[in-house]
Amino acid sequence: MLPELGQAVLILALLVAALQAVLPLTGAQRGIAAWMSVARPAAFVQLALVASAFAILAHAFVIQDFSLKYVATNSNSLLPVVYRYTAVWGAHEGSLLLWALILALWTAAVAAFSKSLPQPVIARVLGVMGAIAFGFLAFLIFTSNPFERLLPAAVEGRDLNPLLQDPGMIIHPPMLYFGYVGFCVPFAFAIAALLDDRIDARWLRWTRPWTNVAWGFLTIGIALGSWWAYYELGWGGWWFWDPVENASFMPWLAGTALLHSQAVTEKRGSFRGWTLLLAIAAFSLSLLGTFLVRSGVLTSVHAFAADPTRGLFILVFLGLVIGGSLLLYALRSPDGVDGAPFAVSSRETLLLANNLLLTSACAMVLLGTLYPLLADALDLGKISVGPPYFALLFVLLMAPLVLLLPFGPLTRWQREQASRPVAMLVPWAGLALGIGVAVFFLAPQGAWKVAAGVAGSAWVLLGTMRFLWSRLRTPGSRFTPEMLGMTLAHVGIAVFLVGALLTEGLSRQRELALAPGQSVTLGAHAFRLDGVERHAGPNFIADTGTVSVTRNGTALGVMHPEKRSYASGGQVMTEAAIAPGITRDLYVALGEPLGGGSWAVRVHVKPFVRWIWMGAVLMALGGFVTATDRRFRRREVA
Amino acid sequence: MRWLPLAIFAGLAVLLAAGVLLSRRPDRDALPSPLIGKPAPAFSLPVLHEPGRLVSLADLKGAAFVLNVWGSWCPSCRDEHAVITHFAESKRVRVVGYNWKDDRADALRWLEQFGNPYWVVVADQDSRYALDWGIYGAPETFLVDANGVIRWKHVGALTDDIIHDQLLPALAQSEQAR
Repeated sequence: MLPELGQAVLILALLVAALQAVLPLTGAQRGIAAWMSVARPAAFVQLALVASAFAILAHAFVIQDFSLKYVATNSNSLLPVVYRYTAVWGAHEGSLLLWALILALWTAAVAAFSKSLPQPVIARVLGVMGAIAFGFLAFLIFTSNPFERLLPAAVEGRDLNPLLQDPGMIIHPPMLYFGYVGFCVPFAFAIAALLDDRIDARWLRWTRPWTNVAWGFLTIGIALGSWWAYYELGWGGWWFWDPVENASFMPWLAGTALLHSQAVTEKRGSFRGWTLLLAIAAFSLSLLGTFLVRSGVLTSVHAFAADPTRGLFILVFLGLVIGGSLLLYALRSPDGVDGAPFAVSSRETLLLANNLLLTSACAMVLLGTLYPLLADALDLGKISVGPPYFALLFVLLMAPLVLLLPFGPLTRWQREQASRPVAMLVPWAGLALGIGVAVFFLAPQGAWKVAAGVAGSAWVLLGTMRFLWSRLRTPGSRFTPEMLGMTLAHVGIAVFLVGALLTEGLSRQRELALAPGQSVTLGAHAFRLDGVERHAGPNFIADTGTVSVTRNGTALGVMHPEKRSYASGGQVMTEAAIAPGITRDLYVALGEPLGGGSWAVRVHVKPFVRWIWMGAVLMALGGFVTATDRRFRRREVA
Repeated sequence: MRWLPLAIFAGLAVLLAAGVLLSRRPDRDALPSPLIGKPAPAFSLPVLHEPGRLVSLADLKGAAFVLNVWGSWCPSCRDEHAVITHFAESKRVRVVGYNWKDDRADALRWLEQFGNPYWVVVADQDSRYALDWGIYGAPETFLVDANGVIRWKHVGALTDDIIHDQLLPALAQSEQAR
């Protein structure tokens, strides 16, 4: 009976969403206070309903109710209990329900923390979020019902995809969705502002922490995805420019641009139209990503089962939401120059450059992701756009951004003597360049990448420290959480640069056949295969290797790479053994048995790879710290 | 200027709609090739697993073979791989891998992880023969008969249905004609 209740609760949530969309929006247009006041309670009821539906689905997984089609397809009686929870969002229907739940959480949070906003504003914002929730719930109920019964009930489930039976998968999708869906808040504010036909700096200030928090979650979500691919796919790579990765990266790029342009609009009043457009773009790209992943239009390793009906539904939904918002933007967006005028040499110009570079990168990723589809539609044949295209263009666009980054915080708003920040930074640029040149000649391999990574990182770090110093040294100048957040995020970029470029430049790897007792050396490290033993896990059988590692003769420890064969489908998974370290990761993966007791073994030494994710964590932390700035929550008597 | 975003999105929406319609069309992967019925272009390429050894078209003639173009950088190839593996295991015909625009280490790793169904894999890292063969992208699959004539070509990922309905009949036909 519970699943039917879940179904009913979802339908009820759909109706509440309709109410939450129609009444407050109409009320705000016509000035009917009673209709507007529906928004807040509706948001809370919505959350309660969607959370109940989610709990019912989770319960079905825990008690292994194989009479539900979704449970039978994505679970198995051997599945460990932890993964029964994560299996809830392991496939299409459940992950959509998670999407809806997180949207309800954000909506309720907006409803709870918006006491200081005028009623028509909050009514419009919650109304727009209600409309989005309506679309998603309708999609869920009409095309992807997680509570569909299977008659007769299955005796045994088909099991969760082994790739997803992993701790990283527990938190990756929720983090990613918190980011995706979080962009709904600035989006809803942009739409509310366009409907109201005026953009008030106060509301904009109020949305800034929300954008920062959503962006922080998205950053962590993407980093977790990259980390998961690194240790679970067994290739030792950390980014593949796969369509699904791109789908999450595009909103991140647009969101990063949005963070910066929001700051300009809030403080100086400039770029109003642009900020609105970016707010629409960041959320639209999140929706587009969802569409691309689920419609079967693009093929990818991550893709959920293709279903043209779903594709068509999302396409219509996309058309309404994105097309509608952009139409509204075209009709209502503020004209031409507004806000305080600024000179060519000013912080505004630098932030404009930041925005142009980030949006170009975003457009480049979009083009590369959709190009195969375009070629297909025009009958040019099937084309895969490979990582070389993305890597080259991305580096070309991001290099100027890195070069300009330290100037931003040091340059004054409105008008700046260009020589002032230049004079402040010249010694540090020289130092960074000097370090780069030294590294170029010292690097054992990949000299260009390593030198660029170290010099770029040193430049960003030194420039950011120079900003910190001038702030702390000047008497009477404040150092706000907003500035601390920015500093953290920019240091995060410096850390990320070290990770990305040094890993690319310095990684070593070897693949070879090892019989027990034989070793392979990689630089200073020696890996000896001691043996391979077979043992049984809860729902798989594993061949576990024992590999002793030494560095210059000193024992470092023992690693256990595994090759697992899952009972349910016979799918074989490589579980690489990773010895993590600050300056390097050791990575051992077991390949095929080669007969005579020997095994194909792949070993990597990946210097500084961890810095990639540490950098991302610092960036996300920067976003969260910025959001705590009291200035955003200060009430102003209008 | 303010209408530009909407215009761009409209273009995008048309493209996506075309994508949805295409994904419904069962024969979306059909593409005629001017090479069908013509002798296969000659090539001589190193073997992926033994770079010192060269394999040329002449070495493969004598019996029909299937040439499957793939790269470790190509997501669709990963989708296709299970189908190729299954087909190769039937031992109906030799399946030759054509590793295209790939890094040798990546390609070897890919085969190690997903299994190597190929009779032999030749490596064309610099895309030297792709133009001769009219290769648009990966994956692509050619059927070459015993005389070295291209009998059939498929652009995009193979499926069991395509193998059953198109490749196998084309193979049977070419064997009869002999």
